[in-house]
Amino acid sequence: MNRLTLIRTVVIVAFFGLLEILCRTGIISPFTMIPPSEMAVELWLLIASGEVARGMRQTLGNVAVACFFAITVGFAVGAGVHAVPRLRRALDPFLTTYYAVPFFVFYPLLVFIFGMNNFPMIMIGFLFAVVAMIINTLNGLDKIPRVYRKVARMHHMGRTKTALLIELPYAIPNLFTGVKLAVAYSFIGVIAAEFILAPGGLGYAISFAYDNFDNNTMYALMLFILVLVTIINMSLHAYERRLLRRQGR
Amino acid sequence: MAGTQATYSRKDHERAERLRYLGDIALVILGIVVVWQILHMLAGDVAISSPLATAIRAGELLGSANFWPHAGETAKALVYALVIALLIGIGVGTWLGAHKLSGAVAEPILVALYSLPKITLYPLILLIFGLGIEAKIAFGAIHGVIPVTIFTMNAVKNINRVFLRSARVMKLTTMQTVTRILLPATLPEIVSGLRVGFSLTLLGVVIGELFSSHRGMGFLVMRAIGLHDVSTMMAVTLILAVAAVAISSILLYIDNRLHRRT
Repeated sequence: MNRLTLIRTVVIVAFFGLLEILCRTGIISPFTMIPPSEMAVELWLLIASGEVARGMRQTLGNVAVACFFAITVGFAVGAGVHAVPRLRRALDPFLTTYYAVPFFVFYPLLVFIFGMNNFPMIMIGFLFAVVAMIINTLNGLDKIPRVYRKVARMHHMGRTKTALLIELPYAIPNLFTGVKLAVAYSFIGVIAAEFILAPGGLGYAISFAYDNFDNNTMYALMLFILVLVTIINMSLHAYERRLLRRQGR
Repeated sequence: MAGTQATYSRKDHERAERLRYLGDIALVILGIVVVWQILHMLAGDVAISSPLATAIRAGELLGSANFWPHAGETAKALVYALVIALLIGIGVGTWLGAHKLSGAVAEPILVALYSLPKITLYPLILLIFGLGIEAKIAFGAIHGVIPVTIFTMNAVKNINRVFLRSARVMKLTTMQTVTRILLPATLPEIVSGLRVGFSLTLLGVVIGELFSSHRGMGFLVMRAIGLHDVSTMMAVTLILAVAAVAISSILLYIDNRLHRRT
C-alpha cells in the first residue's frame, strides 16, 4: 500500500471515528443519527434476514436495464450524430445544457403515464445516463487524430474496417468514461426515482423507513447503498485510469 | 450591380454561416415540439397535454399571483445553496490545489462523492435541518459544492508557476496575490465549475422539493400529480426547464468567452 492510500484510509477511518464519538457522546442525538458501528450491525441483521437482497435485486435489475439501453442507444446516437457535422453543431448547445434541466420533475409525469411499475424508474435512469454516453462518444470520436484516418485510406480500408480497426480502438478510453458515467447516473436516477415514488427497491425502503421513524433500518440501508455504489464506481474509475495509461494519455 | 460579386466578403460568409446555424437550432426546437405533439396525440389529454395547451397554461401560471411565491421559494433556495457551494468549494478547492499532498489524498474521495446517489442522504439532511427551506438549501449545496471544489482544485493546481514567482518578485502581499494573480488566473475554470454546480444545485433543490416539501416548484408538480392536473404539471415542468436552460446558456456563454480570452 503506498503512502497516499495509507493517508486516505486514515482520513476516512478518522472521519467515521469522529462520527462514532460524536454519536456516542450524545453531541449528535440518536434521533438524528445512529453511530456508524450500530449501522453496520443493523445492516448485518438486515442482510441476514434477506430483506436487503429483495430490494437489491429490484434496484440492481432496474439499474442494469437502464444502463444497458443508455450505453447502446447513447453510443449509436453519438456515432450517428458525429457523422453529420451540421446536425452535431446544432445539437451541441442542447447537449451541454441538458443536465441543467432537473430531470426528476418528469418522473411524476412518467408514473402518471405508465403507472407505478419499474418502467418509469428505468426511463428516468436511462434519460439521466444516455446523454453522458452521447457526449463521451462524440468526444472520443473527435479526438481521433486526422493522420489515423489518412493511414486507413492509404491502406484502402473500407468504412467498416476503418471503424472497427482504427476508430473504435482509439475511442475506447473515452467510450469507457461514458460507460462509467452511465453506470453512476443510472444508479442516481433509479435510486432517486425509488425515493420519490415507487413500488419497491432500496431507495423506496429508505424513504419508507424515514416515514416510519425507523432510523436503524434507514441508516443501515443508507450505509449499504453508499458502500455498494462507491465500490462499483471506484472499480470502474480504476479500470478507466488503466485504459488511459495504456494509451499513454 | 457589377460590384456585388466582389463585395461578397468573408464577413458575409460568416454571417450566412451563423444564420444557418441559428436556423438549425430552430429546427431542433421545432423537432422537439413536433415529437411532443405526436406523443400528445398518441397518449391523449389525460397523460400528456399538447405543447400549445401547456404553453397557454404556463402563461396563465406566470400571470397568476399564486405561482410567484413558489417560484420565489425555489429561486431563494437555489441562490443560497449556490452561494454556500461556491464559498466552500472555492475555499476548499484552493487549499487542495495549493497543497499537493492534500490534493492527492482528496481527489479520489471527491470523485467517489461526486458519483454517489446523494439522494440517499436526504433523510439525514431532513433530520438535521427539519422540513423547511434550510433542508433544501443544504441538499442543493451538497450537490453543487463538489464540482466547484474539483474545478477550483484543478485550476489552482495547474496555475502557471511563473505568475506566482512574479508575484513574489514584486513583493505582493498574500491578499494582493490572491486578488491580482490567483483569482484572475483561475476565474475561467471556476466559472466552468459554477456552470456544472448550478445544474446540480438546481437538481438538488428540486429533488428536495419533490420529497416532503410544502412550497416551491417541485411541490407544485407533486400537488398537480395529486390532483391529476396534467397541464399544470407539465406547465411547471416546462417553466422550470426553460429557466434552467436559459441560465445555463448564459453561464456557458460567459464560460466560453473567459476561456477564449486566456
